[in-house]
Amino acid sequence: MSIAYINDDAFHPSNDDYERWSKDGWEMVVGLEVHVELATKTKLFSASPNRFGDEPNTNIDPVTLGLPGALPVLNRQAVELAMRLGLALNCTVQKSTFARKNYFYPDMPKAYQISQYDEPINIDGWLDLPDGFRVGIERGHLEEDTGKSTHVGGAGGRIHGSDYSLIDFNRAGVPLVEIVSRPDIRHPEQAKGYINELREILVAVGASDAKMEEGSMRVDANVSVRKPGENFNTRCEIKNVNSVRSLGRAIEYEARRQIALHEADEPVVQQTRHWDENDGRTHTLRSKEDADDYRYFLEPDLVVVDPGIEWIERVRDALPVLPAERRAILADAAGQSANSEAVMVVAERGQDDYVMDVAKLGGDAGVALKHVKEAPELAEQVPVESLATLSKMELSGVITASQAKTIVAVMIESQNVDPEVIAADLGFEAMDNSDLEAMVDQAIAGQPEAWEKFCAGEGKAMGALVGAVMKASKGQADGKAVTALFQTKKP
Amino acid sequence: MNNNRTSAVDIAQNVRNNVKTAADFIEEHLARIAEHDGEIHAFNLVLAKEARARAAEIDEMVAAGRDPGPLAGVPVALKDNMCTQGIPTTCSSNILADWRPPYDATVVTRLREAGAIFVGKTNLDEFAMGSSTENSAFGPTKNPLDTTRVPGGSSGGSAAAVAADFAPISFGSDTGGSIRQPAALCGVVGVKPTYGAVSRLGLIAFGSSLDQIGPFAHTVADAAIGLETISGHDPGDSTSIQEGPLDLSRKLELGVAGLRIGRITDLPAGASPDVEQRTEEAFDALRAAGAEIVDVKVPAFSYGLTAYYLIAPAEASSNLARFDGVRFGMRTASTDTNRMYMATRTEGFGDEVKRRIMLGTYALSAGYYDAYYGRAQKVRRLIANDFSAAYEKADVLLTPASPTVAFEMGDKASDPLTMYLCDTYTIPSNLTGHPGMSVPFGTGDHGLPVGVQVLAPALKDDVMFQVGAALERSAPQRFTGSGEGGAS
Repeated sequence: MSIAYINDDAFHPSNDDYERWSKDGWEMVVGLEVHVELATKTKLFSASPNRFGDEPNTNIDPVTLGLPGALPVLNRQAVELAMRLGLALNCTVQKSTFARKNYFYPDMPKAYQISQYDEPINIDGWLDLPDGFRVGIERGHLEEDTGKSTHVGGAGGRIHGSDYSLIDFNRAGVPLVEIVSRPDIRHPEQAKGYINELREILVAVGASDAKMEEGSMRVDANVSVRKPGENFNTRCEIKNVNSVRSLGRAIEYEARRQIALHEADEPVVQQTRHWDENDGRTHTLRSKEDADDYRYFLEPDLVVVDPGIEWIERVRDALPVLPAERRAILADAAGQSANSEAVMVVAERGQDDYVMDVAKLGGDAGVALKHVKEAPELAEQVPVESLATLSKMELSGVITASQAKTIVAVMIESQNVDPEVIAADLGFEAMDNSDLEAMVDQAIAGQPEAWEKFCAGEGKAMGALVGAVMKASKGQADGKAVTALFQTKKP
Repeated sequence: MNNNRTSAVDIAQNVRNNVKTAADFIEEHLARIAEHDGEIHAFNLVLAKEARARAAEIDEMVAAGRDPGPLAGVPVALKDNMCTQGIPTTCSSNILADWRPPYDATVVTRLREAGAIFVGKTNLDEFAMGSSTENSAFGPTKNPLDTTRVPGGSSGGSAAAVAADFAPISFGSDTGGSIRQPAALCGVVGVKPTYGAVSRLGLIAFGSSLDQIGPFAHTVADAAIGLETISGHDPGDSTSIQEGPLDLSRKLELGVAGLRIGRITDLPAGASPDVEQRTEEAFDALRAAGAEIVDVKVPAFSYGLTAYYLIAPAEASSNLARFDGVRFGMRTASTDTNRMYMATRTEGFGDEVKRRIMLGTYALSAGYYDAYYGRAQKVRRLIANDFSAAYEKADVLLTPASPTVAFEMGDKASDPLTMYLCDTYTIPSNLTGHPGMSVPFGTGDHGLPVGVQVLAPALKDDVMFQVGAALERSAPQRFTGSGEGGAS
């Protein structure tokens, strides 16, 4: 390999954090290339099943194996799913073509991959992260997957030095869409957020199950660093990133590596680098000079894909409500921000409909959201009517927040789903203010030192005072109301 | 030569009407093959046992009152680059010498369903790359009219099989002239249909955007029925036309009165005087039959050869990359995967195939793409535009099919460029996707046959056949040579 310096892989930057070097005036520039396997019944160009986990080499046929005389026939469902995800990513769906990408590898049966090249089906879209940050989408194109090689013997499962290799062609010809972002990402958290949001969209539109651990979603990151406002510097492509967490670690490591090079006036060499989960570093895989010449040319065995405006609009009309909009609706109903933890978590679980149903029955969405976030089982096990009733009881002060939580636990554990019956059984009654006030006065009298400190502005002292009231009320008092009462007692 | 030929049309009629059995016809043809193919080598593989078994089935169907189809009992030879399930399909290459496809090509299925009986797989230039059938890994095919001469190529085996009456119909593939040129050299009819008219599924690809399967026959009528049988939409080939089978046989007697026959005034020179003269006589014959002869220009015609020798090798370099020793075919063991690829391909491919793989790889390479492959594609569009303009003025065009009559074996084998010139007149219709056919029209030097080529616009195969049939009716005798060394 012709690399500018030999010690590349022995060079490791110091282990400090993003905030430190971003304060030093560097920013990372990241673009992501995401391959997703489409959830089609059959392969992109043949009738063999597209199924993960079957016995090796059972889902094969002459097209999959690239036998002489075999010809590809494009899978209509793959085109539809590609359009669906393209439209969900605000792309323009256009007339597209396939090309051949030529290279030799044992798990590449025809010695070329059929892939969209200069005329992809989806172009020019965007994806908004929950916090509103917008990442541009350059393209989302269709291509076929390769087979899977297993290298036996030798070190590290690499082909080099192995005793022999086994190939499973079940995956060969599985339809992929490669989604290429623009280099808009500036922070590891944005990269992770992009992948999380993309995954939710893919699942929502039914395009893919998008499981990184099963390889149905694979992420490569292009990383460079620069001083803000300056031109882009040389980038490196990071491969073998197998989880969202690794993605954050890998690009942060890579950015630090490049910053250290820049600061030492060493060149950053354009190359493909391999993320090693074990040592937490990226390593040189191949440099640009070694890159294959893929000799792309138009695939003569296929014709132009022109879905036509009617099909495109039909797909657009059939799109489900997308995750961002679901979150906005939920957030609005619950009176929270769309990227609040409760909204994010509940929407990701797909339990936002359950919360919205509570609101439709006159219940309180905000209260319901809080309980569903804490107790996901609610949505599966407790009728929406029960949560609606409970939320009304809590909101009106018939029961306190902590009582409501107790009732939720009972509803999930027992078969009893009537919150009013449970409240009665547990002897929960609304405490009137005179009872509370008596308890508050008692607490002040019992702990004069704490009271003095509280009045002097020591917030911490409040804990002991409220604790005393909670003890006296056997946990039934509403913490907020108690705090408010203490405030009014201040001299 | 067998001068008492029975046409495919007549064989089918006899078999369907129970006048003569398919078994009898098959035995007659197998006997000729047994007697002469040792010398001619039209076949890589003779399917005597299978043919006899199939003939018995056909005869049983007839006896049971069922119709075996329009090609009932007709012996058919297949170029050995069309997949036949369980039967070796070699492309005349060592790399596929022992390969048995697990499926039939669409044309094979359609022929079988029409009642045809396969008598064998015919020899070709390795992977259909050549114009003389001398590039076969299994030895050359000889021209049945003069066994010191080549039958043309790459479908030389299929052309020779019809010329020697081993079968009334055979099928070849035409990427740059590989049906029409050997048809001309062997004195038979050869047709390259409109691109997409015949499914390529199961045809082992050479240049995918150029390849097309078509028939050889002794008569235009037999070629018509052969092409009708195999043509029409195939959902297994994305480039196949949406229409049903071509409608040809009913058009053969329509004549040419009122048709405009184009003469390309700027046709590249290079045809020998005997061929030029016969082509002129063909124009005269059509004029006499009532056609109008019009002059047209196709300025880009002469760029066809150079564009072709970039595009076809480029596609071939990709199509032939799958022969890597991993999943099927020959494998030469070596110390690692890359060396195994190299050893397998070095041993498995012949020189011409390697030459074209290298040419094509180069033409597609980064830094050369624009100058070679990219420019060739532009020329291709230019040629198509020029032909479109010509077809505004003419219904069909007439040219020589081959610049010369059959040449002697070994004559051009050592000089690829001279060999490539054999396809000067046939190549443009592969680049445009238009149909073309070669019809025997008298003899040239040494009493050897001359073929005249009829070219037509896309999907006008029927008009082309109409003109071809008229030429056939007025054609002089197609072989007057001594047949020295000939097969009787």
